[in-house]
Amino acid sequence: MSGKVFRTAPPHTGSTAYINARIIDPTADQEYLGSILISDGKIADFGPNLFASGAPYGIESIDCGGLHLAPGIVDARAHTGEPGEEHKETLESAGIAAAAGGITSMVLLPDNEPPFDDASLIEFVARRARQIKLTNMYAYGALTVGLEGKELAEMGLLAEAGAVAFTDADHPVGNAQVLRRALYYAKAFDALIVHLPQEPTLSGGHMSSGEMSTRLGLAGNPPLAEVMMVERDIRLVQMTGGCLHLSKISTAESVEALARAKDRGLNITCDTAPPYFALNDLAVGDYRTFGKLVPPLRSEKDRRAIIEGLKSGVIDAIVSDHRPQDQESKRVPFAQAEPGGIGLETLLPVSLELVHNKQLTLPQLFQRLSSTPARLFKLPGGKLAKGAPADLIVFDTDYAWKVDRDVFLSKTKNSPFDEKPVQGRVMATVLAGRTIYRNDGFVSAAAA
Amino acid sequence: MTKKRTGLPRLPHLLGIEGLSPETISGLLDLSENYIDQNRSIDKRRDLLSGRTMINLFFENSTRTRTSFEVAAKRLGADVINMDVATSSVKKGETLLDTAMTLNAMRPDAIVVRHSESGAVNLLSQKVNCAVINAGDGQHEHPTQALLDALTIRRRRGKLEGLLVAICGDILHSRVARSNIHLLQIMGARVRVVGPPTLMPTDVDRMGVEVHYNMKSGLKDVDIVMMLRLQTERMQGSFVPSVSEYFRFYGLDSEKLKFARPDALIMHPGPMNRGVEIDSEVADDLDRSVIHEQVEMGVAVRMACLEALIGGRRNSMGAAA
Repeated sequence: MSGKVFRTAPPHTGSTAYINARIIDPTADQEYLGSILISDGKIADFGPNLFASGAPYGIESIDCGGLHLAPGIVDARAHTGEPGEEHKETLESAGIAAAAGGITSMVLLPDNEPPFDDASLIEFVARRARQIKLTNMYAYGALTVGLEGKELAEMGLLAEAGAVAFTDADHPVGNAQVLRRALYYAKAFDALIVHLPQEPTLSGGHMSSGEMSTRLGLAGNPPLAEVMMVERDIRLVQMTGGCLHLSKISTAESVEALARAKDRGLNITCDTAPPYFALNDLAVGDYRTFGKLVPPLRSEKDRRAIIEGLKSGVIDAIVSDHRPQDQESKRVPFAQAEPGGIGLETLLPVSLELVHNKQLTLPQLFQRLSSTPARLFKLPGGKLAKGAPADLIVFDTDYAWKVDRDVFLSKTKNSPFDEKPVQGRVMATVLAGRTIYRNDGFVSAAAA
Repeated sequence: MTKKRTGLPRLPHLLGIEGLSPETISGLLDLSENYIDQNRSIDKRRDLLSGRTMINLFFENSTRTRTSFEVAAKRLGADVINMDVATSSVKKGETLLDTAMTLNAMRPDAIVVRHSESGAVNLLSQKVNCAVINAGDGQHEHPTQALLDALTIRRRRGKLEGLLVAICGDILHSRVARSNIHLLQIMGARVRVVGPPTLMPTDVDRMGVEVHYNMKSGLKDVDIVMMLRLQTERMQGSFVPSVSEYFRFYGLDSEKLKFARPDALIMHPGPMNRGVEIDSEVADDLDRSVIHEQVEMGVAVRMACLEALIGGRRNSMGAAA
């Protein structure tokens, strides 16, 4: 099943109505059959009663045929190879994959070559995004110079250039004093700091430690290496009054620690990525390097706890954690393989598992995928509101298919979900009112 | 495939012990028995594998295992090529899979691989169409070592079932330990692992073994004491404070050996660090140490493995398929 990506569509002008859609409004926590009206790229009106008496006359009208319509996904954690490793992924190929995956805004990690610790790189990403015209692309600024965890990067200048948050990507800041100062300093710019909590001295292994790592003879990372850092970071937030977002929570203990911190009213939020609620460490069996991730895939007990965390809202958001790797990086012995998996095109279908399994409602899922990340990163999309950008997706929750690495639009194919049966598919992606992706199966289409 | 003699199922590769059936293991051991006498006679050579080519591909230094495979293959009439990987194109940056596919194009019948990374041999086996034998991959498995240990024990004790075996020392870094844990338990023996907690793999008890942190309780009443080499080259960071402290608490000497059954056998996969994990007095104890017998059995076991994998085949796998 393929679709088309439209790069050259002109900006949306006039009015377009999407009618007969099951509208998901995450901020209102509602789902209903209704319509939405777009004018000049912005949401003009929406609701169950809009056009209830029939399709509007004289404007373009798209009948969704009862398919779901939601705010486009806001992916707060993706990596591309541009600049530095364009053979793995360019901003353009990532934009194409994101459009097909229903992602209308993405925040790009700063761990490129060179790392985004200089304002010119933030401007470079913005300029390229304007040329590519697919998906809103934002960038993180580096938290420390060279992502080395030692000296603070120029957060103020980076923020001025457009950095939406600061992180050292998959490099945890081991030095508590550095993170403490970063949290203090960021307050001056009201900046969000994003941190991967893994105690680095305990994280030198290649998979989660346990029976599986013992059988495979691979050095393991103890799951407790995560909660140790989570607890340290909670204390640093308490000490500084700063604003911290922890990324890729993967263990049961971390969820517990974060629940307690949130109960105490600390300014701390967190996310996870689909591998941590849809896979466990069995997925690295037989040395499957596509299952080598940071943090490593954990036990079944941890996987269930992550789902519980998403249900209770302790885990605020879901990110794709898209990280392309080419064959040379993955077709090597497990310990030598580069970690990471692509995730833009599987983010929605794998996350929909939570809905099919009745663990989340659709509005709750789109809080985690769209409205909450947009709010945390202060991005304009991700919600249904009059005057908000018309960044929308139409999708079919029931369409069953099997993830197949050979049909990915990403430049590389390293998906930990390869061959996984999934249910749900993006039928159309709309960015500021113009369709940037349409699946061949979405026939209703425009009056054309 | 008319080998009625052993009733062995045809194995495509020998990558590890995990997952093998007791019948396959017994079959391989039975087949090995046939070769012991042959190896002890004056005319040691048969032409069972005449015309076959075996490549020894060792990415990690090894003298004894490589030689053992070479002797085994030659005694069956196969041609043997030793790839000196340390000076080959691997050093020039060629990847493991490129090396594998290059060798594969030369149409060998078997490739024997040792590699320092766990899983490297499994990876290589996916890219070639000849038989692959794992001669040790990282900290994962060393199946022919476990088979030769089992053959040694079975000949001395007449069986494996019901025996109590203590595997002692650096379990964490040992592929020999993992292969032996699998094999001995598949064959009905009970296994204890004994060593300092820092050299125990996480959740090793879930592999079905008893875990002991001191030699006194670990060796109590065991039939077999299997010592492992302290793999100092794999140790980054401090696992044990010093070699002398290690020897004091975990080195096998006659005092600690008293806890085992009086007729307990002493085994070691070699090469031994005398005075580190084993005292010369017990290593050289002619009545109880079977360390040299293990080496002898190694050749027989590898002959059996080669026969099971590539014997009786009219063509190389690629051509026959």
